[in-house]
Amino acid sequence: MEKTVRETIKETIRIHLKRNKGQVYGQCLTAVGWVGGTLPKLYEKDGMIELPMADVSNGGIVVGAGLMKKRPIYVIRYQGFNWYNCPMIINYACKSKELWKIPCPIFVRGIGMEGGVGPVAGSSHHSLYYRMPGVKIASPMTPREYISVYKQFMKNDDVYYVSEHRKSYDNSSELKDSLNHKKFDIIIFAISITRFESFKVKEILNKKKIKVGIANIVWLKPFKIKKKWLDALKKSRFGGIVLDDDYVNGVSKSIANDLNLKSGKTICAMGLRDKTAGFHKTVDNLPPDVKRICKQIETIVNKK
Amino acid sequence: MINKKLKINIFKRASLCRHFEENVYKYVQKKIIKFPIYLSAGQEFIHATLSEIIRNILKIKPLIFAQHRCHSTYLSFGGSAEDLIKELLGKKDGCAYGMGGSASIHSPKIKMYGHDGHMGTQVPVGIGACFASKKPTIIFFGDAAAEEDYVIGALGWASTKKLPILFIIEDNNLSILTKKKIRRNWDMHMLARSFKMNGFNISDNPNEIIKYKTYFFKRPTLLNINTNRLYWHSGAGKDSDKIFDRYKFELKKMGIEGKNIDLKIKNKIDALWKKQLGKQ
Repeated sequence: MEKTVRETIKETIRIHLKRNKGQVYGQCLTAVGWVGGTLPKLYEKDGMIELPMADVSNGGIVVGAGLMKKRPIYVIRYQGFNWYNCPMIINYACKSKELWKIPCPIFVRGIGMEGGVGPVAGSSHHSLYYRMPGVKIASPMTPREYISVYKQFMKNDDVYYVSEHRKSYDNSSELKDSLNHKKFDIIIFAISITRFESFKVKEILNKKKIKVGIANIVWLKPFKIKKKWLDALKKSRFGGIVLDDDYVNGVSKSIANDLNLKSGKTICAMGLRDKTAGFHKTVDNLPPDVKRICKQIETIVNKK
Repeated sequence: MINKKLKINIFKRASLCRHFEENVYKYVQKKIIKFPIYLSAGQEFIHATLSEIIRNILKIKPLIFAQHRCHSTYLSFGGSAEDLIKELLGKKDGCAYGMGGSASIHSPKIKMYGHDGHMGTQVPVGIGACFASKKPTIIFFGDAAAEEDYVIGALGWASTKKLPILFIIEDNNLSILTKKKIRRNWDMHMLARSFKMNGFNISDNPNEIIKYKTYFFKRPTLLNINTNRLYWHSGAGKDSDKIFDRYKFELKKMGIEGKNIDLKIKNKIDALWKKQLGKQ
C-alpha cells in the first residue's frame, strides 16, 4: 500500500534528523498530535527543537541555524502565522547569498487548512514569500512530490517555502496533468488543495460537454511553464483559469499574467476572495470549491 | 587594572577606528561617498577593548553579529580596512562585494556575519547561530534596537538555553535623536537579570570593561555600555560640540606616546584611503 503524504512527511523528517543530521524547529512540536502526525516522536537531543512562543524572534533563531549549515526545517503550524514568523527569513535568509555569498538554506513547512479557523489560521499564504528574491516555493500535494521537493532542497542552498495543506495528508495518490485531448475549452492551472477540486470539476463539466484540461502546479517559484501546458493553452477555446488556496491578489494573478504573456490567451484567477474570514461558516472565506469553479468556467464559456 | 601593553594595544585599535571614521566623515562631506553612512566614532573603545580581551587575552574567536554603526566592530576584530574602504566606495571587491554599504558589512575571515538592515535582527539570528553551532558568540546592538520585541523574546530563549553569548549594548542614549528616557522607563541590564542572565550597566572606560571578562562566554551575559556617539545618526555632521569624547580623553592621558601612536596610525589610514581613491 502506498504511503500517504502524512507518512511521507514523517519519514522525511526522520531521515532529515537521523541520517542527514539536520534540525527541526517550531512551536509545540512535541505536543499532542505531533503536528497532524507529520513528526516522528523525537526530541531536542535528536535535533527536534522546541522554540518559545516568540514568533518573530523564532524566525531569526532559525535563520541563525541556517547560517551554521544545519539545514533547519521550520514548522509553521498554520500558514497565517507566517505574518509574524517569516520577516527574518525573507529579509535575511533569502538575501544572504546575494548580499554576502553566504547561503542560508531553510526548509519552511507552512501548513494550510481552512474551515472555521478564522481570520489568521485559515488558508495558504505562500504569496507572502513570493515577492522576495532568493526563495523557492513549492506546494506538493502527493508523496512523490514531497520527496522530490525535499531532495531538491538537500542538493540546493536556497530558502524553500513548502506550502503544505492538511487536507492532502491522507492522500496517497499521484496527481497527473490531464491534457490528453487535442483541443480543450479551458485549462485549469491548479495550486495546492484546489488541485483535488479541479479533477471533480473536470468530471462534472465533461458531462456538460465542456472540455477541461488540468495542469498541476507544484513549483510556484520559479514558475516554469511546461511546453505541453503552453500547447494546450494556445489551442484552447477560452484560455485558462488559475486556482489557488491563497488570496486571489497574490501568486495566482501573477501566474495568470505569466501564462497570458506566453500564450496570448485570457487567463483568469480564483483564490480566496478579497475579504476577511470569520469563524462561522456563514462568514468564512474558503478556497474555490467545485461549485464555484464550475460556475466561473460556465460563465466564461457561455459569455464567449 | 589594565597593564601598559594592553592599554597601548587597546589604544592602537581605537585609533585605527577613529582615523578610519574621520576619513569616512571627510569623504561623505566631499560627496565622494554618497549613500547612508553610520559612523561609530565616539564608541570605538568598546570594540577596541573587547577585541583585545576576547582575541588576545581569552584567545577566543567568537561568531560576531552586529548591525549599522559597526565599522569599529569590523576593524577592531581584525577586518581589513582596505576592504572596508572598497566597500564604502561601492567596489565589487569590497568586504561585502559592494552590496553591503556601511550598514551590512561582513567578513568570513573574522566570523562576522552581515546585517539585513532591520534593527536588532542580529540578536535572534546570532542566538540561533550560537545554539546551532555551540560556538562562543558576541552580539552588538544599540539601546534602541534593544527595545525591539524580537530582541527581548530571543534574549529569554538564550537565557533558557544557557548559551555562551556575550550581548553588548552600545548605549549612546539615542534613537536617531530621541533620548532613552522618552522611550522607556526600564534598563536592559535589569531586564537581563530578570531573565536570569548576568546583566551589568557600565561605562566605555576600558578599565571598567575588563573587570567583567570572567563572565564572558560562560553563560549568557549582557553588558549595557554607556557611550557617546560623536556624529549624526547617519551621515557626516555633529549634533553637539559638548559630547564627551573618550578617544580624546584617553589620548590626553597617554601623553606623548599616545600622540605618536595617533599620528602614525592617522598617516597610515589616510594613505590607505588615498590609495583606494586614486584607483577610482
